[in-house]
Amino acid sequence: MIAEKSTKDTVLDQENGIVFPSKIMLDLKDLKKVYPTPKGDYVVLEDLNLQIMKEEFVTIIGHSGCGKTTMLSMIAGLNPITGGNIAVLGNPVKGPGPDRGVIFQSPSLMPWMTALQNVLLGVNRVFPHATKAQRKDIAQYYLHKVGLDGAFHKKASELSQGMQQRVGIARAFAIKPKVLLLDEPFGMLDSLTRGELQDILIEIWNKEKITAVMITHDVDEAIFLADRVVMMTSGPRAKIGDVLKIDFERPRTRKTVLEHENYYTYRKHLIDFLEH
Amino acid sequence: MKQSVTVNEPKDLKAGVALKAFFSKLKIKPPKFEVKTILRKVVVPIVSILLFIGLWHMGSKALFNVEANYKIEKALTDQGQAAADATKACIASGDLSCQPNTLPSPSQVWASFNTLLADHKTISADKLAFKEKTAALNEKRIAAGKEPITYTGRPSFVDQIGTSLKTVFAGFLLALVIAVPIGIIIGLSETLRSSFNWLIQIFKPVSPVVWLLLVFMIVKTMTKDSNSDSAFIISFISVGLCAMWATLVNTAMGVATVDKDYINVAKVLKLGALQKVFKVILPSSLPLIFTGLRITLSVAWMVLIAIELLAQSPGLGSFVWEEFQNGANDSNSKIIVAMFLIGIIGFLLDRIMLVVQNAVSFNKNASA
Ligand SMILES: Nc1ncnc2c1ncn2[C@@H]1O[C@H](COP(=O)(O)OP(=O)(O)OP(=O)(O)O)[C@@H](O)[C@H]1O
Ligand SMILES: [Mg+2]
Repeated sequence: MIAEKSTKDTVLDQENGIVFPSKIMLDLKDLKKVYPTPKGDYVVLEDLNLQIMKEEFVTIIGHSGCGKTTMLSMIAGLNPITGGNIAVLGNPVKGPGPDRGVIFQSPSLMPWMTALQNVLLGVNRVFPHATKAQRKDIAQYYLHKVGLDGAFHKKASELSQGMQQRVGIARAFAIKPKVLLLDEPFGMLDSLTRGELQDILIEIWNKEKITAVMITHDVDEAIFLADRVVMMTSGPRAKIGDVLKIDFERPRTRKTVLEHENYYTYRKHLIDFLEH
Repeated sequence: MKQSVTVNEPKDLKAGVALKAFFSKLKIKPPKFEVKTILRKVVVPIVSILLFIGLWHMGSKALFNVEANYKIEKALTDQGQAAADATKACIASGDLSCQPNTLPSPSQVWASFNTLLADHKTISADKLAFKEKTAALNEKRIAAGKEPITYTGRPSFVDQIGTSLKTVFAGFLLALVIAVPIGIIIGLSETLRSSFNWLIQIFKPVSPVVWLLLVFMIVKTMTKDSNSDSAFIISFISVGLCAMWATLVNTAMGVATVDKDYINVAKVLKLGALQKVFKVILPSSLPLIFTGLRITLSVAWMVLIAIELLAQSPGLGSFVWEEFQNGANDSNSKIIVAMFLIGIIGFLLDRIMLVVQNAVSFNKNASA
């Protein structure tokens, strides 16, 4: 995937001297996480190593409870690291920040705010020097991108689940993060809405050229979206078990992906790993 | 909805069930069955009120008879047969001077209510007349830098209600001003929460009377050489102190238990401390804060009567107490009138708070 990505990576050309390391967006090194419990320490993750490249879309699958959310929230800076380290563009993660946007499983919008206000909450914070009108433009642009044109001024609590998650996507992209972290963002949606939102997500991701790390339970979703699918072993002491490179051209459509000769090989690979 | 659907015909009942299923398939709420609704919302309450009044009437009659017999008996043993007969005749004639003094009947209470209203009208007219009479004089006095003459006559029943409402409102505002900010600060910090918890737990159950005495000790000294209305100050401060705990506890809890997701969002966006408090924490704890305020208002109204009674400050409480000590033949029924009004006003205050609470809560499910 490195070769494929570098062809469209314009930023990198200016930094020719250090080509390889500068391509790494996220670097998880010997990562370890221990939760203290009444029955003693519980080692969720140990010796976890993973590198994610700039503009890459990585999906993560693994059995329930293996520590996917734990890993993602550590990258987000919301969960302290027990051992090893995580670096974003070479800088160690010390806490949460708007360079790493998060889309949670539940939309977690502020229900007392309108869709627009929810998006503005982040935009105001990240672009403090822009004028009010400019910030509003940014928020409206992303709400438009996720197909919420008529719902700017609806209260979040009045939106359907799917619409709420659209606002969540708009909110995450509007703060222009370097990395987008998604924890089963579509898990609670019906398959039709899920498909729509996958398309929207990929479209914006492609346009914004950011790095995305997404946890999912859905093997087809994992393949359809990803450049690489990362498989985690079951806990305790979970680590990266296997990595599968998905070699489909972008832009992809569901039809071409499903009809691709490699699709079932990929699918079998993932299912074999999970059932193993 | 078809009006023909009634409850007691099995055939129509079936149709009703089918219709219900039909509506639920469409995810529309079926319109309510008219008959049932009228029965539940109108007929049943009316019947229960009538039943209540009937029971009350019979109970007061029974008590009346007991008291009357006792009076006659007493006359008989103390003064002989003639006096007993006279007493009996006197009671039967309805003469006010010898009526047994006991639980008044509904009709007596209603009569007293009308008396009180009439009384209010007289006093209001009096006041107005006084105002007109002294208007010119007062203007001169003010011009001359002297205090105007004010009406010092007896307050009417309605005036007493007004005073009570004023006191309860002042106490409520005091509770709000103290409890909400402190609750927010305590809620934000776990350390503060655990260090103040014992204080709250100890002071919360303290009886209104004790608060009153405490406030009395302090305010009495502080207002020694000012001519402010210390009875009013004492009673509203006591009311506020008694009633503020529910708001304090609820506010602290609301602030402390903000949904973790919202906090995470605030963290990811790196919102500043003030933004976090005003944009995330406060709005999300508003429903609980208002639940607390609603409890506070109803507690305030409840303790107010006792506090006014003890603090000798004007209002419904002292009205009740004066009537009780007065012991006139309609005092008892006036007390019952006051009781109903206290209840009704308390209920109305609670309803108002419920409306406000529903208006601020974003999930629209606060209930009575
Ligand atoms: N705060 C915590 N304290 C103690 N144990 C925890 C805590 N959070 C998670 N765990 C445990 O750590 C393990 C990993 O949890 P995590 O939520 O990361 O799993 P997951 O892979 O995201 O699961 P799922 O697919 O069901 O979302 C689980 O066994 C969980 O019980
Ligand atoms: Mg999880």
